[in-house]
Amino acid sequence: MIEIRDLSKAYGGTPVLKACSTTVAKGEVVVVCGPSGSGKSTLIKCVNGLEPFQHGSITVDGVSVGDPKTDLPRLRARVGMVFQHFELFPHMSVRKNLALAQIRVLGREADEADARGLRLLDRVGLVAHADKHPAQLSGGQQQRVAIARALAMDPVCMLFDEPTSALDPEMIGEVLDVMVELAREGMTMMVVTHEMGFARQVAHRVIFMDHGEIVEDAPAAQFFAAPASERAQGFLARILHH
Amino acid sequence: MGEFDFSVWGPSLPFIRDGLLFTLRLTLIAMSGGIVIGTLLALARLSPVKPLSLVAGAYVDTMRSIPLVMVILWFFLVIPFLTGTPVGAETSAIITFTAFEAAFYCEIMRSGIQSVPRGQVWAAQALGLTQTQAMVHVVLPQALRNMLPVLLTQTIVLFQDTSLVYAIGAKDLLKAADVVGKNYNRPVEMIVLSALIYFAICFSLSLAVRQLQKRVAIVR
Repeated sequence: MIEIRDLSKAYGGTPVLKACSTTVAKGEVVVVCGPSGSGKSTLIKCVNGLEPFQHGSITVDGVSVGDPKTDLPRLRARVGMVFQHFELFPHMSVRKNLALAQIRVLGREADEADARGLRLLDRVGLVAHADKHPAQLSGGQQQRVAIARALAMDPVCMLFDEPTSALDPEMIGEVLDVMVELAREGMTMMVVTHEMGFARQVAHRVIFMDHGEIVEDAPAAQFFAAPASERAQGFLARILHH
Repeated sequence: MGEFDFSVWGPSLPFIRDGLLFTLRLTLIAMSGGIVIGTLLALARLSPVKPLSLVAGAYVDTMRSIPLVMVILWFFLVIPFLTGTPVGAETSAIITFTAFEAAFYCEIMRSGIQSVPRGQVWAAQALGLTQTQAMVHVVLPQALRNMLPVLLTQTIVLFQDTSLVYAIGAKDLLKAADVVGKNYNRPVEMIVLSALIYFAICFSLSLAVRQLQKRVAIVR
């Protein structure tokens, strides 16, 4: 589904990604972790072309992201993305947030888009808040709306960029629950997160990054039982026992 | 010098009303036209296409560096020269103010557009919206909302500045007061009346903007 080959990127002269290669198969859940500044958010933003890259290639469902001939908006419409800071549109009601791209990008009728939006809101348990504005919701609720908004586009895969990092601890669970359910339904997911509980529960593979490199790419059970590299051992020790 | 005689205010009202209507019309047209053109200028200034941003930048800097009254006089002389026919003081004033205010609204809209976090554009693009759609549906509505108090404050300044069309003889509120004052030989009383009208309108608008600012502050 997602194939990243030899991906390198630099800001000015500073390399942020160094020859990263990995794949995410259809239905697979891959967790990307690593210390801050390791390039994991940049990597995931490259997958739907939000960040340009200089070397290497990424294909998503057979479409090359870096090819100048690729219709990026069309590709992005099929790749759901959830951001650390939710990024709901604050000037629109929750309903309109869900309907906007369905109407403008997929060309759905307003009624159809609204109905689809409400079904997904129901699924994340927020249908009662459909007519509120994002600022009236808690962080956890906003992130669940953001997931519903991405799902409303019927994506072939979902990217999550630290979806729980900006949340108060008591709200993390409600967002992870939605993500776990999604993973169990067979959604292809690439998730940048420090939530190792989530990774243990649903991830098929864990990618560990440091200084712009993929240091370790292993089945989840193996990664947690016996991380091969010292850097991954140190990282796990720090985040699991603090 | 005799005493003040405010009885001139009564018969002056029809003229004052016509003058005020022109002043309001000029303000509203220059505001809406200025915001539309100013927004386009702002988009041009922020555009990665260098020639576009340079031209827009030069336009804005020029307009902002010349006293308004000179722009008014200059347009009044240049427009007939360009079009071949005299357009009249009123039309000239409307064109001038729209063009001049666009430069100021441009800078307001530019900071408004820049006040919208980058993540909003990412989110819009991640949903498959094109750059233009992201601008129209996500960035500009928020930029306008964030900048509404500043845009209205600029409009109050614009409303006061329209009195400068006096220089080319357009029949605005001040000109009407001036004409009546001369006819009845009561210039001071008429200036007082027009000043009171300017004050009443600007002061209530300022209060309205202050209320609006409080409401925007709560929503944010």
